[in-house]
Amino acid sequence: MSTPALGGGGEGPGTLTVASRLSGYLRGGGVFVPIITALFAFIVGGVVVLAAGANPIDTYKAIFDGSGLNWLFPWVTGDDRSLAALNLQQTLILTTPLILTGLAVAFAFRAGLFNIGGQGQYLVGTMASVYIGSSLGGTPAFLHIVLAIAAGCAAGAVWAGIVGVLKATTGANEVISTIMLNWTALYVGTYLFGLGGPLQTSDPTQQSIPVSNDVLQSARLPVFWGDPELQGLHIGIFIALAVTALFWVLLNRSVTGYEVRAVGFNPDAAEYGGINAGRNYVKVMVICGVFAGLAGALDVLGWQFRVATNDIQVTQVGYFGIAVALLGRNTAFGTALAALLFGALINGTSVRNLDPTIFEPELATNLTFIIQGLIVLFVSAPVLVTMLSRGRLFRRRKPMPKPEVLSGG
Amino acid sequence: MHALLGENGAGKSTLMNVLYGLHQPDEGEILLRGEPIHIGSPREAIGMRIGMVHQHFMLIPVMSVAENVVLASEPRKGALLDRDGAEARVRELSERFGLVVNPRALVEDIGVGQQQRVEILRVLHRGADILILDEPTAVLTAQEIAELFKVLRALTAEGVSVIFISHKLREVLEIADRVTVLRRGRKIDTVSANGATEASLAKLMVGRDVLFRVEKQATEPGAPILEVEDLEVEDDRGLLALRGLSLQVRAGEIVGIAGVDGNGQSELVEAITGLRVPLAGHVRVGGRDITGAGVRDALAAGVGHIAEDRQRRGLVLDFTLAENLALREYRRPPLSRFGLLSPKRMDAQARPLLEQYDVRGGQPATLGSSLSGGNQQKVVIARELAEDPQVTIAAQPTRGLDVGAIEFVHKQLLEQREEGRGVLLVSLELEEIRSLADRVLVIYEGRIVAELPPDASDEELGVAMLGGKVRAA
Repeated sequence: MSTPALGGGGEGPGTLTVASRLSGYLRGGGVFVPIITALFAFIVGGVVVLAAGANPIDTYKAIFDGSGLNWLFPWVTGDDRSLAALNLQQTLILTTPLILTGLAVAFAFRAGLFNIGGQGQYLVGTMASVYIGSSLGGTPAFLHIVLAIAAGCAAGAVWAGIVGVLKATTGANEVISTIMLNWTALYVGTYLFGLGGPLQTSDPTQQSIPVSNDVLQSARLPVFWGDPELQGLHIGIFIALAVTALFWVLLNRSVTGYEVRAVGFNPDAAEYGGINAGRNYVKVMVICGVFAGLAGALDVLGWQFRVATNDIQVTQVGYFGIAVALLGRNTAFGTALAALLFGALINGTSVRNLDPTIFEPELATNLTFIIQGLIVLFVSAPVLVTMLSRGRLFRRRKPMPKPEVLSGG
Repeated sequence: MHALLGENGAGKSTLMNVLYGLHQPDEGEILLRGEPIHIGSPREAIGMRIGMVHQHFMLIPVMSVAENVVLASEPRKGALLDRDGAEARVRELSERFGLVVNPRALVEDIGVGQQQRVEILRVLHRGADILILDEPTAVLTAQEIAELFKVLRALTAEGVSVIFISHKLREVLEIADRVTVLRRGRKIDTVSANGATEASLAKLMVGRDVLFRVEKQATEPGAPILEVEDLEVEDDRGLLALRGLSLQVRAGEIVGIAGVDGNGQSELVEAITGLRVPLAGHVRVGGRDITGAGVRDALAAGVGHIAEDRQRRGLVLDFTLAENLALREYRRPPLSRFGLLSPKRMDAQARPLLEQYDVRGGQPATLGSSLSGGNQQKVVIARELAEDPQVTIAAQPTRGLDVGAIEFVHKQLLEQREEGRGVLLVSLELEEIRSLADRVLVIYEGRIVAELPPDASDEELGVAMLGGKVRAA
């Protein structure tokens, strides 16, 4: 005989969707909880810095300056200011894809799906974009950009759509299938652009390098801040912000978003409302894939201009999207802000930007991963969050009765 | 034996959680055996010999009965659990109080009634002489309730005090010596169960007279609205749950489906409302065949559905009430146009409904989860009846509701009947079927085995529900 009552009236751990498991975090405390969560992660990260024998405050200050965010302070002038501008451009270049891979995770979350596959969707996006961007010579610039972006989005959509179809038809767990497809994407890319691969560069002088053809000038995104020769900021950031707004409208103001949220919160009730959960999973994953694929397209067309197999193997943009979405509480603007935080952190800890006398950049890169990991940990282990949302950390406990009362009678 | 009676949200569970140390009182004190005490945690409560059995059991399914009973205060042999000692202890306790269970059985293999015994044994094992039971009968069958009451009487005979929380009047009168009635967090009165009646207790609970016998106007049923013909439906496990079931609901009548739980009621409801595709047979509404056509077509044909489980099916608890009320028509204008929702119009639609159906504490922006059970059900009913259904499928529409809310639900269903619509009422509460239905159909193993008038005797109904052997004999 089955014992549904044991888990607590059909709401046992086994029946919880990802969305409902995280709903405490997602609901509790407005912007307050994420800020405290990030702060905690930074404090623990500071302890790590201290243990490594450096001064955490100096280190964070150096990381902040390295991110270029000091450009926002009007008192930074002269050479410092032009350096800050350069750094901020790099931070925003890194922020752009993080916004989109974050949205790819967040959208799935709202539908009760855990999309770990942002990485794979991002990679196939870069591959499709670089292919279209490096061929079709003679196409007018605007059209060429649109086509190359569309190719990246479509590739991401297909890659993620596979996961949705598998889930809808066979019930395959999306966590497992997305992870598998991340590796598949990695090896497909390594093959395609590797030595002797079908899409390896046709430049006869570069036959020993596992890299794609370069994106043609007509498919490169215009740079609007800084020098195009010095990797200035391309317009992709505006596209990412526009998609952020679109995400909000789609989720909160569209029929599709209503269905997505209904299925995410309660698939049974959604079915009762006539919503086909399986079809919805496919739709959601395709949309997620478009977001992540777009991230890949903007990176390739905006500043990388080529895909190298060693980039495919080391990039973490898709995985960072998970922490970005979680920290951003799966909301549109929260995700954008969290992406900026991670973009700044990654750029600020890079070898180029961090003064090695303050903290070894090689260690600092790991600090970014530590902070990322801590944020994911704090968000998924709800203890801290629950305490925060009930205000226990800050509200004083009710005074305990005095011992005299206990013993007196 | 002391019963605590009150509507949903009256404060029964809160009070008991304070006694068990789960919540701390803001003011006031608790006296135990004449002395004021402070209970800081369940552990302290156990130390003071107070034990609690929750509505939802806190057992570990993969462990044996004996292991569950001794959990957290195990007899030990060195560092190891003394399994024989644990089993002996369970036997001793179960003999003393007449709580028969097999100490070696795994908890996941035994029924709900047995699991409850394990919970009670666990509390007794820790030496409790004050036993708090939170809605202990909510998950039990009539048979199991009778056995539970026997056990509780044996416990009180052994000197254990029992606090029994319930909102079911009849049970309270049957088992309790004294009854304390709570309403909105205040004690209304404590009365002796002797001399109290259901009506007098209900009045204390709700604060006004409650009609138990619903007033039914005589109506003449019209043409059939819902026709179900030779329906065959599989359940989730792929077993045949309906085996050629046929029934009709006519305009202006309430048809009650009586039966023991698990005889195909849920599958019948799901097949009619489009949630489950039948293997064979037909479902017609107003002459239109909607067999296996899906939820939206069933709704369009005029099938309203008050779902069996309002929290699982009926509502999205994390949605606002406006969003919940839109669950049936969010795709259509005026709520949405060109794929975009209009929050303003959803709000405008919700406001009068919440008022009309008296959803207390409910604004359009309120989350579904923050309403009490009765008010949640009102939201479900408001949404379904706002669709102006030809026939309403009401599955256990009053389960877990208090008397005030039950009265409201019944009134709504009777109004449907008087307006010449049909209602198919599926309920495990015979009393409810009797008082509302014009005809009672008895379902047994996926078929309708008897049609009886609502004033048929308990015996007639009972025998039919167990397979209609009265006819064979």
